[in-house]
Amino acid sequence: MSLTLEDPRIIEFDVRTDEMLVNMGPQHPSTHGVLRLLLKTDGEIIHEVTPHIGYLHRCAEKIGENLATPQWIPYTDRMDYLAAMNMNLGFALTVEKLIGMEVPEKAMTLRVIISELNRIASHLVGMGAYGLDLGTFSPFLYAFREREIILDLFEEVCGARLTYSYITVGGATHDLPGEITIPPGLAQLTGRDPNMRLQWVDAVRMFLDWMTPRIKEYHTLLTRNAIFIKRTADLGILTREMAISYGCTGPVLRGSGVDHDLRRDGEPIYTRMYEGYNYKIPVAPFTDPEYGKLPKEVVLGDNWCRFFVRMMEVVQSISLVRQAMDKYPTSKGEYRVPYKMSTKLPSDEVYLETECPRGQMGFYVVGDGDAEPFRARAKSSCFCNLSITGPLCKGVLIADIPAIVGSLDIVMGEIDR
Amino acid sequence: MRIEDVHQRLLDRFGAQAIRELKTGVKDPWIEVAADRIADVARFIHDEPDIKLDGLNDLCGSDWLDTDPKKKNPCEPHVEVVYHLYSYTHKYFCKLKVKTPRWTDGQAGQLPQVPSVAGVWGIADWHEREAFDLVGIDFTNHPNLRRILCPEDWEGHPLRKDYEFPLEYHGVRGK
Repeated sequence: MSLTLEDPRIIEFDVRTDEMLVNMGPQHPSTHGVLRLLLKTDGEIIHEVTPHIGYLHRCAEKIGENLATPQWIPYTDRMDYLAAMNMNLGFALTVEKLIGMEVPEKAMTLRVIISELNRIASHLVGMGAYGLDLGTFSPFLYAFREREIILDLFEEVCGARLTYSYITVGGATHDLPGEITIPPGLAQLTGRDPNMRLQWVDAVRMFLDWMTPRIKEYHTLLTRNAIFIKRTADLGILTREMAISYGCTGPVLRGSGVDHDLRRDGEPIYTRMYEGYNYKIPVAPFTDPEYGKLPKEVVLGDNWCRFFVRMMEVVQSISLVRQAMDKYPTSKGEYRVPYKMSTKLPSDEVYLETECPRGQMGFYVVGDGDAEPFRARAKSSCFCNLSITGPLCKGVLIADIPAIVGSLDIVMGEIDR
Repeated sequence: MRIEDVHQRLLDRFGAQAIRELKTGVKDPWIEVAADRIADVARFIHDEPDIKLDGLNDLCGSDWLDTDPKKKNPCEPHVEVVYHLYSYTHKYFCKLKVKTPRWTDGQAGQLPQVPSVAGVWGIADWHEREAFDLVGIDFTNHPNLRRILCPEDWEGHPLRKDYEFPLEYHGVRGK
């Protein structure tokens, strides 16, 4: 006699496990700040991930409606605090586009030096923190050793180490410094006298010369490390169509094989800053022989590709800083155009995106004839990049969540604004 | 493809009732679309091979409670939804706008309704949740219209121009 499902003698036809809700964050170290992920799991397998954000929400956009534009620059620092110079630049350019201001060549060269240096610092944190997410501690220490010197150099430039407010509407607040005492970290690493005096640009050159050969070490430690490849390759695969639909930008987009970088493809007010420079835009699947042979496990759009784009951008940024510093002494004009706090904004509205280390940061400013914007909007790149976690984390193991979220390289200050 | 060509294509397809105006002479020209047709227009410009605006850079709302006659731009009070689009295929920018009254039927508290475009661009889901949260726009047919940045039980929409900060929130004094 055969049994049917309705037979009362059958208690359980199939063994099922219960779905469990696991709360990850907002204090979990691998969530890079105050991100809370609500996981619906079946054993170790993830069924659904719901990100909850807003723990750092300050409503910066409302504050922006009540401040003159240069006064809002310090608030942009506190969005992406790991790349504050790039955030300053994005907002300053948006206001310049609105009022139709042209900055001199010297200011543009200065901005390239500063923003590319900050890109290096930001990607170093991205690399170190990603190592931490995956359980290796050493790359983090090396990354912070290098970043420390960049912060020391920025301190000489503007007095601040994290929230600079240096690049402002019309150029920058100060010119680059002249003679400085060598940053202590740099003196130690290169074996110089700690009281040595030298030009700021020479200190930057000395640092870049020292750092360039170290990049090979990072690759040995992480990129080509067998465990690292096992944890990142063929995981969290983001297709090209999905990346575009979910508004992913920056290294996340380029890691999925879309050749798009605003430094080359953006609006003229931004791209003219980068005219005349020789640099490459690293895009997956890295066919250029310069990138070497990829590990065979790597699939287009996986965690490894996103990470590798960042690593390669560091090399390009070093080259950009070098070229800009060669150009700086002969650049024409001043380092800024004076801009009065009380300057009235025209009754118009502009939107401008710039290529920040984490993606395309957009600012939308509406003027109505007052010095304060009528509407100041900040479109966050991490906000869009984070929105992909839900679809990306379906069906993976809990232990892989930090690997996927970490590869997006998010900063919560920017997401929550 | 320029925004004028997109405007002409949209006019041919949807008519002057749906495609209100092409605003030029400003830094970023825009096309104004009737609120009830925005979902169809979005689907059209996303799918049409020669327009192909496949990237939604930004979606945001802004509140225009601007009745001060001294201002240079006097306007009727209204709420706007602004769509900043980019075509990765043809490499050009485009901007759409939707204008609605600040409240449905003029009753304060009745959020204005705009059809959701979350089915067209994946990122519109979160951007619309943010616009709902901060500006107070009810996106109809949205899969999951909840607050995203403010707490679930927050009252009011902070980016409204007449928003008043709450006196008290769970025992924490405001103002």
